[in-house]
Order: sequence, then C-alpha cells, then structure tokens
Amino acid sequence: MPPGGGGPMKDCEYSQISTHSSSPMESPHKKKKIAARRKWEVFPGRNKFFCNGRIMMARQTGVFYLTLVLILVTSGLFFAFDCPYLAVKITPAIPAVAGILFFFVMGTLLRTSFSDPGVLPRATPDEAADLERQIDIANGTSSGGYRPPPRTKEVIINGQTVKLKYCFTCKIFRPPRASHCSLCDNCVERFDHHCPWVGNCVGKRNYRFFYMFILSLSFLTVFIFAFVLTHVILRSQQTGFLNALKDSPASVLEAVVCFFSVWSIVGLSGFHTYLISSNQTTNEDIKGSWSNKRGKENYNPYSYGNIFTNCCVALCGPISPSLIDRRGYIQPDTPQPAAPSNGITMYGATQSQSDMCDQDQCIQSTKFVLQAAATPLLQSEPSLTSDELHLSGKPGLGTPCASLTLGPPTPPASMPNLTEAALADVIPRKDEHMGHQFLTPDEAPSPPRLLAAGSPLAHSRTMHVLGLASQDSLHEDSVRGLVKLSSV
Amino acid sequence: MATEVHNLQELRRSASLATKVFIQRDYSDGTICQFQTKFPPELDSRIERQLFEETVKTLNGFYAEAEKIGGSSYLEGCLACATAYFIFLCMETHYEKVLKKISRYIQEQNEKIFAPRGLLLTDPVERGMRVIEISIYEDRCSSGSSSSGSSSGSGSSSGGGGGAGSR
Repeated sequence: MPPGGGGPMKDCEYSQISTHSSSPMESPHKKKKIAARRKWEVFPGRNKFFCNGRIMMARQTGVFYLTLVLILVTSGLFFAFDCPYLAVKITPAIPAVAGILFFFVMGTLLRTSFSDPGVLPRATPDEAADLERQIDIANGTSSGGYRPPPRTKEVIINGQTVKLKYCFTCKIFRPPRASHCSLCDNCVERFDHHCPWVGNCVGKRNYRFFYMFILSLSFLTVFIFAFVLTHVILRSQQTGFLNALKDSPASVLEAVVCFFSVWSIVGLSGFHTYLISSNQTTNEDIKGSWSNKRGKENYNPYSYGNIFTNCCVALCGPISPSLIDRRGYIQPDTPQPAAPSNGITMYGATQSQSDMCDQDQCIQSTKFVLQAAATPLLQSEPSLTSDELHLSGKPGLGTPCASLTLGPPTPPASMPNLTEAALADVIPRKDEHMGHQFLTPDEAPSPPRLLAAGSPLAHSRTMHVLGLASQDSLHEDSVRGLVKLSSV
Repeated sequence: MATEVHNLQELRRSASLATKVFIQRDYSDGTICQFQTKFPPELDSRIERQLFEETVKTLNGFYAEAEKIGGSSYLEGCLACATAYFIFLCMETHYEKVLKKISRYIQEQNEKIFAPRGLLLTDPVERGMRVIEISIYEDRCSSGSSSSGSSSGSGSSSGGGGGAGSR
C-alpha cells in the first residue's frame, strides 16, 4: 500500500467509529461485509498502518521521511565519492565498516518507526463500567459537591508511592510509567517521548531500537565526518586545497551535513545513555518525577540500583509482546473498546488537542537537543508547575503535551501567580459549562483569548491550561452522565 | 478435548452472563506483570478460595518466568542486537512462548475448574495485561428462555476472549 493511501482511509475509518450505530450507509468501504476485517482497520488511535497491519506509525510522518532522506543521501554520497578513493589509498576496511554501520542504522531506524511502541488497548465497555463503579464507591459521599474529585489511584511500588491517573480516552487507570501520547491518541507503556524524527512514539517496546539507532547513528556520523575530512586532506596534499574541493564536491556537502548533525546526535545519545543507566524515561526526567528537589525520600523505584544491571535490562531484557492484536480478525461478537461517550466532544477534544501539539512538536524536537546539552540545568522548575497544572487541569488527555509546553525554563517568580490566575479562571468557567454539554470545540478555547495576559508566553500557557481543563471537565461530565444513565 | 471445547461454547450460548469480575494488577514489585491474589467477594459462592488463589499464583509464576532477567534473556537480547533486530522477523521471543503456554493453561483451567462452576477466565493478554476478567454466568435453569435471545448475544460477546481454542 502506498504511504499516501493510509491518510484518507484512516479518516473515514474514524468517522465510521463515531457514527457506528447511527448510519451504516455512510461507510463507502467496499467489501466490508464480504471479507473479515482486521483489528487495525478499526484501531481507535491516530495511527497509520501499512502492509495489512504489519507496520504501525504515527499519523504525521513527514519528518521521518526527512530523516530517511538525510541518512540515505549522505551515506550514498560517501559510498559513491569517498569510498573508492579511501579504499585504494588507505584500506578497504573503511567501506566495509561504513557498510555495516549503515546497515545497522537503517535496521534499527526502521524497526523503531514500524513497530508498536507498547500501546495499551482501550478498556472494553465492561471494564470501563467496572472502573466507574469503583470510582463512584471510592468517592461516593463527596460527589455532591460542584466538582468531582480528581481521578487518581495510589499504589506503592518498591516502597515509593506512585499516583496512577485515570485516562479519559482509554478509560483506564494508566499503569505506572505509562502516558497518553496526544499525537497518536494512545496510552503507551513506559512512554519515553513522541519522536517526530522516527515518526513514532518511543515506548516500552521500541526504546532499545531507538537507543541503538541514535547510538549507531552517532558512530556513523562521526565515522563519515572523519573520513570525509581525511579524504579532503589527502587530496589537497596532492593537488592543493581548492583543486581537492573541485575534484570531490560531494565531500563538502557531506561534511556540512555531518558537522551540523553530529552535535545533536551525539548529545542525544549521551543523554539517553544517562537515562538508561538510571532507568528513567525522558518523560520522567522532564517532569523531574524522581529528582531530589521534591523531598529527601524521593527515589526512582524502577532502578535496579546499579548502572550495569539497568543498562542490561533496558537493552537486553525480555521484549514484551504487542498488546494490540493488529492483525487479528474482528470477530462479529468481539467486544469493541469502550466507545467515546459523546461523539462531538470527543472528536473536538482530540482535534483541538492535536492542533496544540502540532505547534509543540517543533518545540519538542529542539528541546531534546537542548536537553541533551544541558540536562542538569533544565531540571529545575517544571516539576513544580506540572504539579500545579495537574491540580487545575485534571489528569486529562494531554499530560505529555501539557508538560512539554512548559519547556523553556522561565523565571520561577512569575509562575505561581500565573497558574493561580489560570485556576481562578478555570473554576467559574467550568460551572458555566456544567449546564450545556454539547459545546462545540471551537467555543472552548476562545475565552482565554479575551484574557490577554501580560506576555505572549503567559498567554499561551493560560490558554493551554484552560483548554485542557474545560475539555476534561466537559468530557467527564458527559462520561458521568452516561454512566448514570446506563445504570438506571 | 473437542467435546470440552464444545462445552465451553455451550456454556456461553445457553447461560446468560450475570456480571464480570476484574482482578487488577499488583504493582508493588514494579512494572512486571503480576495480579492481585485477593479473593473477590463476588466469587464467594462459586469457587473455593484456595482454587482461585492457586490459579492466580500459577499465572503470576508464568509471568514472572516470562519477564525473568537473567543469562538466557540477556543472550537473546544480545543476539537480536547483533543482527540489528532482524532476527525477530523469523524468531519467536521467550515471552511469546510463555504467553502461548499461559493461554493453554487458561483454557485448561477453564475446562477443568471454572466452566463447571459457571465461570470463565479471559486471557489477560486480550485485555492489555491490565486485568484478569472473570465472567460469571447464571445457572442454566435460572436463565429463563425469555431472555435467552438477547442475552446470548452479550454473553458470547464478552466471553469471546476466553475461548483461546478458537484461534
């Protein structure tokens, strides 16, 4: 299937889910009745599938093709223009080593991009209803107030208390270390980050591929850069510098590409080596979940205590199987994952959320470079504010997105009043919303624009907080309403 | 064997589904897959506490085996890494082998212990390893003929996961 084929198909598939029972006429899909459909065709997340479900990627893959082109072109030029000279003048081992590295880089890149990052399937209606019942029991008496209590569950892991947040999209309590990727609209186990460069989330199942990819890519980049320079130097000793450049113009291009990419790639692999040796994820590191600032007794409960074991487990431990049976057939009576409770709000929520996150995507990618360069510096503030954000905004759909908007470290003094202001605005607006649930998604983000807080940064921040909060409260109201209805 | 499978399907068709019980994960030892062995009160009149606990403990043992960190898992990981992970295109991981064993075990337990008591276990892998789903069916006699038409649909739909033999 051509790459473009996935897009429109997935679009109409989405509408098929949301209008599932109401209008069967609308699906223009041929042979829906004849051939048994596979599960990937009705997968609720925002993913693309190729090769009949064998390959799974995020919806936006533009940057992935850029990565592919950069690697292919640079290595291709190296093999075509530098290797013949170097093999004759120095040793034929150079093209051989470059070939092995290139093979390894491509293998791990494709493996990272095409595999399931560890997506957790959404809850079946029965499981979701059971959880709702438990939640209602847990905060039974206090639900009379104007605001339902936040949906969290506390578990103790190796002596450390960890909060599990309820995911309103997947209708589950997210397991420890899992997080909801707002771009792919899936909960991913041991969520690391969403990497646009590989066009996929990086999570439990493909983290080792990702790490081996950036590690081997940094070796390949250094290797190519070193031998391109050697090539130019050797030539310029024979014929002079300018003639050498004239003889192999491709070397100049390779050198430029390598020079600019080598810093970020080596920095990134260094950063991930640090993460692996301490058994952390990028997500936890950004949030500062286990940093000492939060208290003396704060430690990483997942670490095995020594660097060597942590590395071995991360890179050579058992690989867990994919939990979404993509290529399995849909049995006519298989329980569908819990459908979005209210088609309009759900669709609106994911839609506007993806708009927000598109802007963040570039922030995110540049941020990792920054992060790699200055990890200890960056760890200071976000932990505080992300907490406050969850307080006000509920553990909702877009936690990774929300935490990422906090990217650049801002002066801590301005933070508290800022979030306070956001909070103060959230609560009255929420009460207004209680009445009418079918608010269109366009309406929800608009009020903050009137707010026009001081700086543009502050403005966007309040907007995010408010948008998330109102979406979540809306969504939650409708969920609760539906459950009440179904229990009657 | 064939008749027992037939019995399972028979159970799904003829009995109506009353409720479902979900055994949640136990995270106290980290993120490795373990389930709580606490006996759910809904099963009180259906199954002996000891039998239930034994089943869950055996399952936990299987999962611990699947996620065990040691020489063989390191060897597998290093071998896969050396081939740039292409070996996974043609090799089954240790974890997947254990999962097959688990689904065989669950089917066996269903036939031997749970189905005769009107219960049905669902393989956790079909529920994202979050829960062990136990469907409780009402007795055949009490599930009157009037409700059989509609209830059999829901019963078989939810129990569909339990039939590992169908794959």
